[in-house]
Amino acid sequence: MLEVRNIFKTYEGRLLLNDISFTVAEGETICLLGASGSGKSTLLRIIAGLEVPDSGLISFNGLDLTTTPPHLRDFGLVFQDYALFPHLNVNDNVAFGLKMRRVGQDEIVQRVATSLELVSLTGFGTRKVTDLSGGEQQRVALARALAIRPRLLMFDEPLGALDRTLREDLLNELRMILHRTKIPAIYVTHDQEEAFTIADQVLILHEGRIIREGTPADVWMQPESAIVAGFLGLGNLLDGEVIAQNEFQTENGVFTVKCAHTHSRGDKVHLLARPLPAGDEANFVSGAVADVIFQQDRFKVTLENGLYIYLREAPEVGQKISVPVKVECLA
Amino acid sequence: METGKQVHKRLGRRISLSTCIPVYLSTCSLLWLLPLTFLAIFFFLPLSRILVLTFDTSAFDPDNFRIAGSALRFTFYQAFLSTLLTLLLGLPSAFLFARYDFRGKSFLRAFTAIPFMLPTVVVAAGFSALLGPRGLTHTLFPLSSFQFIGTLPAILIAHVFYNTTIIIRIVGTALSSLDPKLEHAARSLGADTFHVWKNVILPLLRPAIFAATLLVFLFDFTSFGVILLLGGSKFSTIEVEIYLQAVRQLNLPVAALLAIIQLICTLVFSILYTRMTSRSVTQLAPRSTLIRPKTFRQKLFVTVLCFLLYAFFLLPLSSLPIRSLFRLEADRGQRGEVQYGFTTDYYTELFVNRRGSVFYVPPIQAAFNSLGYAGATVVLSLLLGYPAAIALAKPTRLEKILDPLIMLPLGSSAVMLGLGFIITYGKWLTSPWLVPFAHTLVALPFVIRTLQPTIASIPQRLRQAASSLGASPFEVWKQIDFPILRRATLAAGTFAFTISLGEFGATLLIARPEYPTIPVAIERFLSQPGGLNYGQSMAMATILMLLAIIGMLAIEKFRLPNTGEF
Amino acid sequence: MKRLPFLLLSFCLLLAACAPQATPTPTGPQTLTVMTHDSFAVSEDIVKVFEETNNAKIVFLQSGDAGAVLNKAILTKDAPLADLLFGVDNTFLSRALAADIFEVYASPELKNIPAAFKLDASNHALPIDYGDVCINYDKAYFADKNLPVPQTLDDLIKPEYKDLLVVENPATSSTGLAFLLATVAYYGDTYTDYWNSLKDNGAVVVDGWETAYYTNFSASSGKGPQPLVVSYGTSPAAEVIFAEKPLDDAPTASMLGPDTCFRQIEFVGILKGTQQRALAEKFVDFMLGQQFQEDIPLQMFVYPVNPNAALPDAFVKYAQAPEKPATLSPDVIAAQRDEWIQAWTDIVLK
Repeated sequence: MLEVRNIFKTYEGRLLLNDISFTVAEGETICLLGASGSGKSTLLRIIAGLEVPDSGLISFNGLDLTTTPPHLRDFGLVFQDYALFPHLNVNDNVAFGLKMRRVGQDEIVQRVATSLELVSLTGFGTRKVTDLSGGEQQRVALARALAIRPRLLMFDEPLGALDRTLREDLLNELRMILHRTKIPAIYVTHDQEEAFTIADQVLILHEGRIIREGTPADVWMQPESAIVAGFLGLGNLLDGEVIAQNEFQTENGVFTVKCAHTHSRGDKVHLLARPLPAGDEANFVSGAVADVIFQQDRFKVTLENGLYIYLREAPEVGQKISVPVKVECLA
Repeated sequence: METGKQVHKRLGRRISLSTCIPVYLSTCSLLWLLPLTFLAIFFFLPLSRILVLTFDTSAFDPDNFRIAGSALRFTFYQAFLSTLLTLLLGLPSAFLFARYDFRGKSFLRAFTAIPFMLPTVVVAAGFSALLGPRGLTHTLFPLSSFQFIGTLPAILIAHVFYNTTIIIRIVGTALSSLDPKLEHAARSLGADTFHVWKNVILPLLRPAIFAATLLVFLFDFTSFGVILLLGGSKFSTIEVEIYLQAVRQLNLPVAALLAIIQLICTLVFSILYTRMTSRSVTQLAPRSTLIRPKTFRQKLFVTVLCFLLYAFFLLPLSSLPIRSLFRLEADRGQRGEVQYGFTTDYYTELFVNRRGSVFYVPPIQAAFNSLGYAGATVVLSLLLGYPAAIALAKPTRLEKILDPLIMLPLGSSAVMLGLGFIITYGKWLTSPWLVPFAHTLVALPFVIRTLQPTIASIPQRLRQAASSLGASPFEVWKQIDFPILRRATLAAGTFAFTISLGEFGATLLIARPEYPTIPVAIERFLSQPGGLNYGQSMAMATILMLLAIIGMLAIEKFRLPNTGEF
Repeated sequence: MKRLPFLLLSFCLLLAACAPQATPTPTGPQTLTVMTHDSFAVSEDIVKVFEETNNAKIVFLQSGDAGAVLNKAILTKDAPLADLLFGVDNTFLSRALAADIFEVYASPELKNIPAAFKLDASNHALPIDYGDVCINYDKAYFADKNLPVPQTLDDLIKPEYKDLLVVENPATSSTGLAFLLATVAYYGDTYTDYWNSLKDNGAVVVDGWETAYYTNFSASSGKGPQPLVVSYGTSPAAEVIFAEKPLDDAPTASMLGPDTCFRQIEFVGILKGTQQRALAEKFVDFMLGQQFQEDIPLQMFVYPVNPNAALPDAFVKYAQAPEKPATLSPDVIAAQRDEWIQAWTDIVLK
C-alpha cells in the first residue's frame, strides 16, 4: 500500500502542492483529476522519486521511501508521449527494466513475451518503435512498465495523444489489465470520462489541494462544491441567495431546495441545476431556445439565459420551454 | 503561375533585370553560371595546372613519396591526438552547458567560441606571447629548460584551444534536446545514473559525437598556421610541407603532389561527414530544463570546469594585448640600455615606415589593406553566393551536381590555392585583386551554407499569396524574400568578412609586399628577432583579435537560430 | 534598418577602393626597390649619398633569409617584386641562374674586382662581398670550465662538448647551409655519420643566424646557453666594436682549422622586368664602388670584394680569416644541394 502524506512543493514561487495526502491500497486504482498545470504530473514525479518535495512523506508498505532513489523504488511509469527508447526495438524496450535488474536472458525472453501478450502485441518484438502507430507505441510503453512487475503503476495522461475511439478501446484494455494484475495504480488525467471509467477512487486536485475524494459515483452524485461541479461539468451552476428556509433567489428565478447545511437569510449559496428532465420536480428551467446541438442520443439545448439541458427531442430555436429539473445545494 | 516571359509581356519595359531577381527559378536558371564561372577561372583552372605539374615526371619519385608518406603519417598522428584531447575537454564542457545553469553561463559559452573565429596566426601569436621563449611565462619564471614552441604539445594544445567549441556546440545541442522523459523512464525502470548514461543517453548522442569528432579531425588535419608558427622546423603536416616545398625548396612538383593527396583526403572526410550528418535524426529545439548545481559533487564539477575553461581560454588571449604593451627584451641590434616596462611604442611603431622594414609600407597599412580586402571579399562572395544559394535551394538535378562542386574549395588546402594562383596567374600577381579572389574562394562555401537554408525556408505559398494580391515579381522579392533574407545576408556577409580578415595560407603565398595583410604581417614580424619586431607582431595580433571578436559578435547577433551550425 | 545592408556594402566598397596604389610618379624622385635578406644593413648616410646624387628614393625589402628571398623572386618572376635582388650567395647561385631571373649587366666597376669572386662569367650576378662561415666560441666559457677549445670538426662530437653547439637549419639559413657544405667538403660521403653523431651530442638547431647568435650564443647580448655557434669569422670583431665598455681583446674567436670554415660570396643582380633599368645599373655601380664597399664591413660584417676598399682597424685586428676555407664547386653544389639538405633534415629533425 502506498501512503502519501503532507506533500508540499513550491515551484517558481507558487505553491504547487499544498498538503497532499492520500493512500493507494493493493488492487486499487485511484485517479488524480485536475486542470492542466494543477501539479498532477509534479506529484507523480515526486512519488516516483524524480523530484524532491519541499516536505512530506512517501512510504510503501510502511517503509519510508523519501530518500530512496528512483531506480530502486520499483514503480512503473507510463507517459503521455510514451518515452520509448528510439534506438532500441520493441523487445529491447520492454526488456530494459529487466536488464537493469540483471534478470537472466531466458527469463527476460519469457517475461517480455508475457508482457507483450498482456497488451496484445505478440509478434511485435523485432519491430522498430519508430515504425509503430500511436496506440501500438503506448501499449509497448505499458508492456515495458509491466514487465518489471512493479509494485505500483503510475500513468501520466497516457491516452492524451490518441484519437477518440482508440482511447476508449485502450482504456478498457487498461482496466482489464489492472484488474487482472491487481497492481495498485495512480492514473493522472484532466479528462473526467477517462477518470470515471478507470478509477476506484477519484481525487480532484484544485490549486494544490485535494478538494474532493471518493468513488466516481459518490463524487458524481455529491460534488459538494461548485468547483468540482464545474470541473466535472455536472450541470448549470447558479448563484443563489437565501430568502427563506429552503428558498433561494437566483437570476433565473426562485428555487426550492432542501439543503443539508443550515443557512441564515441573506447567505450566498451555489446551486446546481442538473441538465436532465426530472418529472416530479418542483424547480423549472425556463427560457427561449437559443441553440440546439445534436449529440448522438440526445440534444443539448441551450437557452438564451445561458442554461442548458439535455432533451430527447429537439425543440425549435426561439421556442419557449420550461423543463422540471433536479436542483441541488452545493457548499 | 506566370512565366517570366508572360510577366515581361504584361509589364512591358518596366521589367527586365528585375525578373531575374530570384523568384521563379524556371525563368532564371542561368543565374548559377556566375559562381560557376568564377570557380572555373579561379579554382578549377589553377587546380588543373597543379595536376599537370604533378604528373610531370619529377613528381613520382620514391624520395617524394617518402616525404609525402612521413608528412601524411604525422598529419594523421597529430590530428588524432588533438581530436582525442579536444574530446577530453569538450565532452564534459558540453555536459556542463547542456545540463547546468550558473552565473556567467552565456558569457563563458560565447567566450569558448571566440578562438574558433580567430585567425590561426592570432592563436599562434597568443600562445607564443604566453608560453613562447619571448613570452610572459618565460619572463616571469625564467626556466631556460622549458620549451614550448616547437614541441608537439604546443600544436596539440593550440588545436584543443581552437576546436573545443565545436564539441560544445554540436554535442551540447544534441544533449539538451534529448527528451528528459527518456531519462525518467529509464530511472523508473531501475537504471541508476551510470546505466542511464550507458544505455540511453550515450547511444542517442552517438551520431552527434561522431559528427563533432569528425569535424574536429578535419580541422586538425588541415591545420596550417598553428603548425607553421608553433611547430618550429621539426613538425610538418601535409599542408605545411606543401608550403615548405614550394617556398623553401622551390620543389613545385612535390608540392603539387602533396596538394593532390591532401585534396583526396579532405574530400573523403567531407563526404563521410555529410553522410553522417544527413543520416542522423534532426533534433528539435532544446527541451530539457537546466538545473542549478545543488549537491556538493555538482557544485565541485561546475566550479572546477568553469575555472579550467576560463583559465585555458583567457590566458592566451589576454597575453596578446599584455605582451604588446610591455617591453621585455632588447630591440634587434640594440646595444644600449633596455627600458623594461609599459610602452605604447609597439603600436606607434606600426605607423612608421622604416627604411629597412619588412614591408614597403608602414605596418599599419596592413590593417587597412586587410579591411579593404575583407570588404571586397564580402561584396564578391555575396554577389556570387546569392545566385548559387538560390540555385541550390530548389532541389533540381542541377543542385546535385552544383553542390559538391561549390563545396570543393572548402576542402582544399589554402596553400594549394595560393600555389595554383602563382602558377596560373603569375603575370597578374601585381594586381591587388588576386587576394580578395582567393579569400572569396575560401568564404564562398560558408556564405552559401548560410544563405541557402533561409532561402529554402521561404514557402512558395507566401510568394504565391503576394502575387495573387497583385505584386510584381520584383515587388514580391522586395516585400517577401528580401526582408526575410536580410538577417541571413548580414550573417553571411559578416562570415565572409571575418574569414577574409584571418585568411593566412593562400595570402602568405600571393600577397605583394606593397599590399600586406595583417596575418602575413604578423608572421613576418614573428620570424624576425628583436623586441621591436616581436612587439609589433603582438600589437598587430591584438588588433586582429579585436576585429575578429567584433565580427563574431555581429554574426551571433544577426544569425537566426537553427539555420545550420556553421 | 532596411538601408543598412546597402550602407554596409557601399562601406565595404569604399574600403576596397582605399587600398593604396603604389604607382611611381614620373616627376619627382624615382623609387628603386632592392630585395634583400633579413641580415642586410647599410649606413643611412651612404644611402642618402646615392639618393641625392641620383634624385632617387631607395626602398629595401627585407624578405626573409637568403634562400627564401631567392625563392620568392623565382616564384614571382613574371611579376617581379623589386628592381634588384641582393643576397644570392654561391650556395644558391646555380638556382638563381637556372631560373633566369636576372638581366645581364657588365658593370664598368667589375674591372676592379678579383677574378676569384666572379663566379658568374655571364655577368647576371655580380659579387659584392664575401665572408667565412666559421664556428665561434665563447672564450670566457671555456676558460671558466677549464675546457680545451675544440680545434676541428671532429672535436665537436666529443662528449665533453655535449649540448654546447647551436647550428642553423640549412633549409632556412644560408649560414647553416654553408656549415653543412663545410662538413660535406670535409667528410665526403660519411657526412651523414658525422651529423648523426652531432645530433647525438646534443647540437641545438634553430632557424636563422640571428636567433642562433643573439638568442642562443652565450657570448652575445642574448647570453644564451650555448658557447659554440655557427657564425662568421668576422663576428669576434663585431663583439669588440659594439661592446658597451671598451675591450682589450675579443671575447670570442673562430675555429679556423683547415676545412672548418666555408667561404660565402654574395651577389647582386638586376631583376628581369624592372622598370628602373638605368637607375638599377647606377646602384650596382655604386655597390661595387669604394664608398659602399668600405661601409660593408661594419654593417654586415663581411669583407668587401673590392680590394681598394680600406678595412677598419678593429676588423683587421679581431676578424679572423682561415687559411684554408672549405670550398665546393658551384656545379657540385647545384647538383646535390637539395639532396644534402633533405638528408640533413631526415637525420637531424625527424
